[in-house]
Amino acid sequence: MSTPVSTTAEPRGRRRGRTGYLLLAPAALWIILFFVVPLVTLISTSLYDPAGSLETGYAMTGYVGNYAAVMQDYSQQFLRSLGYAGVATIACIVLGYPLAYAIAFKAGRWRNLMLVAVIAPFFTSFLIRTLSWQLILADQGWIVDALKFLQLMGDDGRLLATPLAVITGLTYNFLPFMVLPLYASLEKIDHRLHEAGADLYASPFTTFRKVTLPLSMPGLVAGTLLTFIPAAGDYINAELLGNTRTQMIGNVIQNLFDGGSYPEAAALSMTLMSVIVVMVLVYIWRSGTEELV
Amino acid sequence: MSGSDLVLSGVTKQFAGFTAVDDLDLTVPEGSFFALLGPSGCGKTTTLRIVAGLETPTSGSVTLGEEDISRLKPYKRPVNTVFQSYALFPHLTIYENVAFGLRRQGRKDVAGQVKDMLDLVELGTYAQRKPNQLSGGQQQRVALARALINKPKVLLLDEPLGALDLKLRRQMQIELKRIQTEVGITFVHVTHDQEEAMTMADTVAVMNAGVIEQQGAPMDLYEHPRTTFVANFLGQSNLIGGEASAGDGQHVRIDVHGVGLRVPRDRAAVSSGGVWVGIRPEKVFLAEAGAETQDHSNALRDGVVTDVSFIGVSTQYLAKMAWGQELMVFEQNTGARQSFRVGDRVDLHWMPDHTFVLDATQDASAGVERVDPA
Repeated sequence: MSTPVSTTAEPRGRRRGRTGYLLLAPAALWIILFFVVPLVTLISTSLYDPAGSLETGYAMTGYVGNYAAVMQDYSQQFLRSLGYAGVATIACIVLGYPLAYAIAFKAGRWRNLMLVAVIAPFFTSFLIRTLSWQLILADQGWIVDALKFLQLMGDDGRLLATPLAVITGLTYNFLPFMVLPLYASLEKIDHRLHEAGADLYASPFTTFRKVTLPLSMPGLVAGTLLTFIPAAGDYINAELLGNTRTQMIGNVIQNLFDGGSYPEAAALSMTLMSVIVVMVLVYIWRSGTEELV
Repeated sequence: MSGSDLVLSGVTKQFAGFTAVDDLDLTVPEGSFFALLGPSGCGKTTTLRIVAGLETPTSGSVTLGEEDISRLKPYKRPVNTVFQSYALFPHLTIYENVAFGLRRQGRKDVAGQVKDMLDLVELGTYAQRKPNQLSGGQQQRVALARALINKPKVLLLDEPLGALDLKLRRQMQIELKRIQTEVGITFVHVTHDQEEAMTMADTVAVMNAGVIEQQGAPMDLYEHPRTTFVANFLGQSNLIGGEASAGDGQHVRIDVHGVGLRVPRDRAAVSSGGVWVGIRPEKVFLAEAGAETQDHSNALRDGVVTDVSFIGVSTQYLAKMAWGQELMVFEQNTGARQSFRVGDRVDLHWMPDHTFVLDATQDASAGVERVDPA
């Protein structure tokens, strides 16, 4: 039906649509330049012929075998990375939840000071902070001495260069990324909901389990993602605090790049990224926070 | 005193720097609809929270029937609260909100009870919604259902209608009263709205600065205020300074700016010395200056009308008296009464039985609601 209304309404609607796209353009350009292009480069690199080298150049042969090869060679480091990151994330929850809870509900006038204390480590570089853990966990350090005195040390008498040291480093470095989103979602909880819980026959623990915890799920999910994802790909902690037997996938990728094995490095990076994306999607779906995040 | 009366004795609550509740004694009979009425900051909400267990009294005790519940944790008290802002759990459905208390107590037949309760508050079809999908009035009813389903011995309501608009508030007042009659549970209702308190409650306790000023049935409080605070906070009053003297057997004689007034002895809180003579504006009649008035009625003559506001059911006059005070007169618009204009000279008269007398040591403006000039 061609009525005057439709002929006048159409161009106007089209103009409005174009404005929307124009407004989107800067963001789209940004995404294309800094996300799509590097991603496409990485994917194509992962499909290069592994026979090439930096000197001879690489041939694009669409060689999917790179993926099979890296999974075969480095599955151990792969699983180790996910394991370390998982343990570090759990440690971050165990340490970070009570801290975020205390800041949100119990700190009173100390709240801002405590928040600053959480953020303060960021004033120093990541590398320097990890290096100082080398000193803390050193063989001649006071912690090792104290543990030896208490007969709590293992046979080799070392903390440094153990999985424990790497996980400690990961936990320490990513703790603020757990605490801050948790604090943000706990702080939003109306204190009267706790009173309502108490009024409705829920003990403080039950109130926590049935009211506070579910309401802090968005923060917990966000904190877990912010901790787990970078921790799984991290190589600094394993490099500075571990040894060859605590290598993580990040170290492998770095070594491959340094050694000029670009296709394998790219294939490994893509695999890590895909695995993490799938895990994150499953996690968000399982925790039922789609509408809350 | 019967089975499950709620009794507060000598309850004091001090916060850093001030006393919110000051040596309060209060008895709420079982099954009554009791209103704690007072301006904001008078300690009424603190009193309620002490009963709920959400505040610990500095001293004094709270007993429910035979049991001293002063030191019981809130989740162990047979008392439930409807919070001022409802405090519904935002992550739970209406059904789960209402079921919360039953589940914590491990009661049987949760589904059946929740359904009955949602039907009682007429929200049966909303069971699967989340609180933020409901209107204010509906949320209010969910809060009520969530508390009531536990069949508490006492239900505490903390300004439950404060967030609703006027029309909805009227409707909910009637609704609350209906539900209270139906379930027969003791309701303690905290409010600053005197009309709300008088409409719903069997007994109203007027609270001011941490103490109960006066307590009684709404009509009794209104007709026999014992303090200037109650006289002004419950409705409006004209308070005129005077001097009491002996009078005869049944009446106290009060001298007000050279005019003798008579007040029945039982309506006089004091019968000698300086007093406030009180009269409700709607009980005063206006007449043309010099007109005959009924025998024995109290009359103050020769005022000048300074303001006339027509508000539909009545016309409100201000009459300035010879001593400079402006008195309020509300005349019903029955059509039988003469109307006056600004500047008319008038006499004010009323029945001695409607007069009350209060101690002049009190502030005559205590409890007057401040009206913003804007």
